[in-house]
Amino acid sequence: MKHRKLISSIAINAVACIISIILLIPLLLIVVNSFKTSLAASDMTLALPKEWQFDNFKVVIEKGKLDTAFFNSLVYSVGSVALCSMFAAMTSFVLSRRRNKSSKILYLFFVLGITMPINFVSLMKVMQTIQLYNTRTGIILLYAALQIPFAIFLTYGFISKIPREIDEAAVIDGCSPLRLFFSIIFPLLKPVLVTVMVLTFLNTWNEFILPLYFTGSTDKWPMTLAVYNFFGMYFKDWNLVCADIVLTSLPVILVYFLGQKYIVSGMTSGSVKG
Amino acid sequence: MNERKSYPMYFVFGALILYVVLCVIPGVIGVGYSFTDWSSYSDTINFVGLDNFATVFSPEENYLRYLSNTMIFTVFTTFCKSIIGLALAVLLTKKIKGLNIHRAIMYMPAVLSTLIVGMIFKSILNPQSGLLNAFLRSAGLGSLALKWLTDSKIAFWSVMFVDIWKGIGYIMTIFIAGIMAISPVYYEAAEIDGATSWQRFKSITMPLLMPTVAVTTVLNVLYGLKVFDIVYALTNGGPGYATEVLYTGVYKEFSKGRYAVGTTLSSVMFIFMIIVGFFMIRMMTKEEVEE
Repeated sequence: MKHRKLISSIAINAVACIISIILLIPLLLIVVNSFKTSLAASDMTLALPKEWQFDNFKVVIEKGKLDTAFFNSLVYSVGSVALCSMFAAMTSFVLSRRRNKSSKILYLFFVLGITMPINFVSLMKVMQTIQLYNTRTGIILLYAALQIPFAIFLTYGFISKIPREIDEAAVIDGCSPLRLFFSIIFPLLKPVLVTVMVLTFLNTWNEFILPLYFTGSTDKWPMTLAVYNFFGMYFKDWNLVCADIVLTSLPVILVYFLGQKYIVSGMTSGSVKG
Repeated sequence: MNERKSYPMYFVFGALILYVVLCVIPGVIGVGYSFTDWSSYSDTINFVGLDNFATVFSPEENYLRYLSNTMIFTVFTTFCKSIIGLALAVLLTKKIKGLNIHRAIMYMPAVLSTLIVGMIFKSILNPQSGLLNAFLRSAGLGSLALKWLTDSKIAFWSVMFVDIWKGIGYIMTIFIAGIMAISPVYYEAAEIDGATSWQRFKSITMPLLMPTVAVTTVLNVLYGLKVFDIVYALTNGGPGYATEVLYTGVYKEFSKGRYAVGTTLSSVMFIFMIIVGFFMIRMMTKEEVEE
């Protein structure tokens, strides 16, 4: 009995390690090759570089115009994170506190947006009509709008658990609605807002379809599109492409490790009811 | 306390305007435009009735293939992600050394941009220099070293495999949360009764995990129907039309300036998804709304 337990314990540890390695190899491949020379990277093996080329990163920033792309990605991500989390929190607060039927319907109307597919073609028409086509503001507003439904879904559930007595006490003390929300409710929302912010940031940073459709000029491209474009031009220099991939993914990996707890809680809320 | 006064509706306006103008209106007018001959070639837009729908559903065009590819993609990836995701979740809720490291690694592909994952696998699946074929040749399995992304018979399977590689961590994470929410009391009782680990899985884990299975299935299906990124990054629909799905089709029509067909394809999806979505939202918000 004891033997069997030991063997099965070794077996499951080994299986877990093998699966982790399979999932890790493609990522390692990129990191290793980003330090190689062009010739050494041409067969894309997992062997460690013979001479470490740290210059790759410098070259790629210059050739791939990564500084503008980084700036664009940052503007899109930060802008949409700010808009999306603020609007979602305000909306969820009012909709979850009002006890009438129309608020519930409005909430469901918002949440239906989680599944709603985007019609890019007619969206272009709308963007042109409101003069936001090929502008950074347009992209920020689009990212915010598309992620508001899920953000409302997350914050609504959270606000419902904050007792109403807090509001009542504040209102009796003469608190205005704005003050009630910003000084009392908003600080209480910190855990769920961090989740919303981390998820919105990651999604916006990783996404490329909206800029692909709605920005005509390369100077408004985010890092994801810039790296793809670079890949098209320098597909023979895998070392540079790998370096570009590493630089584009670094912010995401960083945010992932810092906000892992929040990502998981956000991804799983709604799917697991304890 | 006056609800209208303390919770004013102007709090909702910001989100409502953005959402209606940029999500709802395009969907609705898109349906309207699908009855017209809107294109980039002419400035006038004329009503053409159901012509576009006739084009999209005509057996002589390729659009039906886009639809069937989208369906195959959805069903196959949903099935694989659920089975493998569940297996990994069961594995990673056992006593394993470095559990959190394993979980973090397995989730990692899910946080990377799909475009980047596509580029990574374009290298790995390259027939000459790719890591996969190099590995197969060195293992003496040279006959298995195929043209993964350029052979029209297997390209679509390669795309689906890469998508599963990327998506598995997310589904696994949801399953882990689901398994952890099951009270350990059941397992303790079963152990005392001498249940084997398979019996425990079959009679405790699976039944209690059904709500989670329902949610992951819905998430996978919604993702599959909307898939664009991974196909665009790996094959862009090629070779020929072998890996074309609905949204890559929409993008192609859009770039060719054939807006009417693009918006018709989108609208078919829009109406389908609103119906599916309605039931999904009812499921996800059941407890909140019925309180």
